[in-house]
Amino acid sequence: MEIFVFDGTLEGLLTAVFDCYQKKSDAVKLVSQLHYVPDVFKEAFTVISDDTKAKRVWSGLTKKLDSDWMKSIYKSFLSEQPATFQDLFEFIRYIIDSPPGAEANFGNKYVLEISQMSHKVHREKHRMEAFIRFQKTGDNIFYAHIEPDFNVLPLIIDHFKNRYADQKWIIYDLKRKYGLFYDLEKVEEIAFDFTTEMSPALNALPANVLDPQEELYALLWKDYFRSVNIPARKNMKLHIRHVPKRYWKYLSEKQS
Amino acid sequence: MFERIREKLEILADAAKYDVSCSSSGSNRKNENKGLGDAEGTGICHTYTEDGRCVSLLKILLTNHCIYDCAFCVSRRSNDIKRAAFTVDEVVELTMNFYRRNYIEGLFLSSGIFKNADYTMERLVRIVKKLRNEQRFNGYIHLKTIPGASEELLKEAGMYADRMSINLEMPTESGLKLLAPEKSHEDVKKPLDYIQQTITQFSSEKALIKSVPKFVPAGQSTQMVIGATPESDKEIMHTANAFYKNFSLKRVYYSGYIPISQDARLPVIGSQPPLIRENRLYQTDWLMRFYGFDVKEILNDAHPNLDVDIDPKLSWALRNLEKFPVDVNTADYKMIMRVPGIGVASALKIVQARKFGRLHQDQLKKIGISFNKAKHFIRYADSPLQLRDYEAGHIKSVILSESSSKYNKVPKNQLSIF
Ligand code: SF4
Repeated sequence: MEIFVFDGTLEGLLTAVFDCYQKKSDAVKLVSQLHYVPDVFKEAFTVISDDTKAKRVWSGLTKKLDSDWMKSIYKSFLSEQPATFQDLFEFIRYIIDSPPGAEANFGNKYVLEISQMSHKVHREKHRMEAFIRFQKTGDNIFYAHIEPDFNVLPLIIDHFKNRYADQKWIIYDLKRKYGLFYDLEKVEEIAFDFTTEMSPALNALPANVLDPQEELYALLWKDYFRSVNIPARKNMKLHIRHVPKRYWKYLSEKQS
Repeated sequence: MFERIREKLEILADAAKYDVSCSSSGSNRKNENKGLGDAEGTGICHTYTEDGRCVSLLKILLTNHCIYDCAFCVSRRSNDIKRAAFTVDEVVELTMNFYRRNYIEGLFLSSGIFKNADYTMERLVRIVKKLRNEQRFNGYIHLKTIPGASEELLKEAGMYADRMSINLEMPTESGLKLLAPEKSHEDVKKPLDYIQQTITQFSSEKALIKSVPKFVPAGQSTQMVIGATPESDKEIMHTANAFYKNFSLKRVYYSGYIPISQDARLPVIGSQPPLIRENRLYQTDWLMRFYGFDVKEILNDAHPNLDVDIDPKLSWALRNLEKFPVDVNTADYKMIMRVPGIGVASALKIVQARKFGRLHQDQLKKIGISFNKAKHFIRYADSPLQLRDYEAGHIKSVILSESSSKYNKVPKNQLSIF
């Protein structure tokens, strides 16, 4: 078993695949720099991310996989899970080594893992699209911050850009310390230095930076949520299955 | 200032909530004018009520004043309740501001009938027109068809709405006559038919000329109230089936009656709404639309009502044991879908995966079928040798006992599809 250490990027992961064929390696354990614990008895090979190598692997894959599967690779990668890096590595090797069509083999462990993980990441993306609540600030920017389980910001850009084309907005990932800013023309990545005023526990800005109308609409939305409830049908179990408790902090209607 | 609008929203959202449709999917309206909103693709539930219903649209009545007196409706004229009415601008402002904050996918606008049908419909049209033309709103709009409104108004409404709907209310004409003598199913069929024909006409013109505008791109739906009148499940689902076929409806909704009236013709206030039954009807609806079942296979004279303790797919399988076991490694996709415990997505994975080798139990479990249920109906690569055929009652009791802990823990109104 050889150990490959890569830099945690998709480019690095694809380079690792390339190197593994070049070195004619057999069994490889792929670890990202972040999770790598050096072992004096075992030497590790350090993968140097290489654009050309990565592109060759990627374009090789596009010849065998349709765009949905290519997206699944990207989505699983955004899960940032150590085990998924290994699964991706094995999945890509399996696809390269097999005749076309192998991705339909759900009996294969890695096909199933990647299909299921991309599904999970997709669900988190979908949840963010649903649960983000913008607050309008005094300078006409619609602001929301989130702490998603996976790194889904890159996946939600198009959705929010298409929808909110006529308003400026910011979506900030507090966990990964970067955000998206749409300025009515394009979406840019931004990073702020938040100090203490930002409470990650709740998706809310302090009142003094908000638009004067913000309070009214937050209140009306809460009222609305209460009015549409039908007490005779109450079923909290089902409610929680749809909106797991860890997402409640995003939802202004769930705050008392 | 805050108080008046809050009160209106409370009254008019409360009165609208008995319309259970929440769908915001199926439209193809894109944000092409750099306005607000995009209604393309599948809709999103932005939150869920405490009874687990999806909240995706701002669902309100324009007013709850009504000249009719339908016994099952909270807004009926004889009911002594607070009345309110929004202005056109109030609805527009609420919709825009809720949408901008990512609270909703769009607007579901209905209304009690004040003065007459055309007067009411004309107000509704004015709102959607303003949203689309002045505010450049491209979010989803579901508009109620007011029975009796003129064809000109319906046609105009359809140019701005994504979906339109008109409710059958009661599953049979006699049920409707009992509770709402002023109404009839004919009043519903006429506008459904007119809008359906206009949709067809627009889409055939669209095939020739690209610039033909959209007309109700997400189609039409209807709703029936369940349990207010004594129809059988067979009557309900045969009516639903006929409406799906005759008017190409996108959805039929089944709404378990929530007692809101002292009227002797109706279940008493405080009685439990028929939520399990409602769930079984939805499951049947799914079997018809996605699993290739004919309504007569599930409900017929010999079997006019759905079972309460088991879902309709399992019930069908137990009544048709001679069609089982199904060998997942060789059977037709359509037949695999009919196995209790196997859904559409798993069935698809099975037929893809088996090309690479015969499937075994552990693979089937990983693929995501509910194996404990399905195992009674399938054969697979390593299925145990079975010496004798079990009869339906035995299989049912085994399935129920294996899942009994699960069934008992959930409240009686648990909803889930298979
Ligand atoms: S016409 Fe509609 S709003 Fe009026 S009482 Fe009948 S169901 Fe209710």
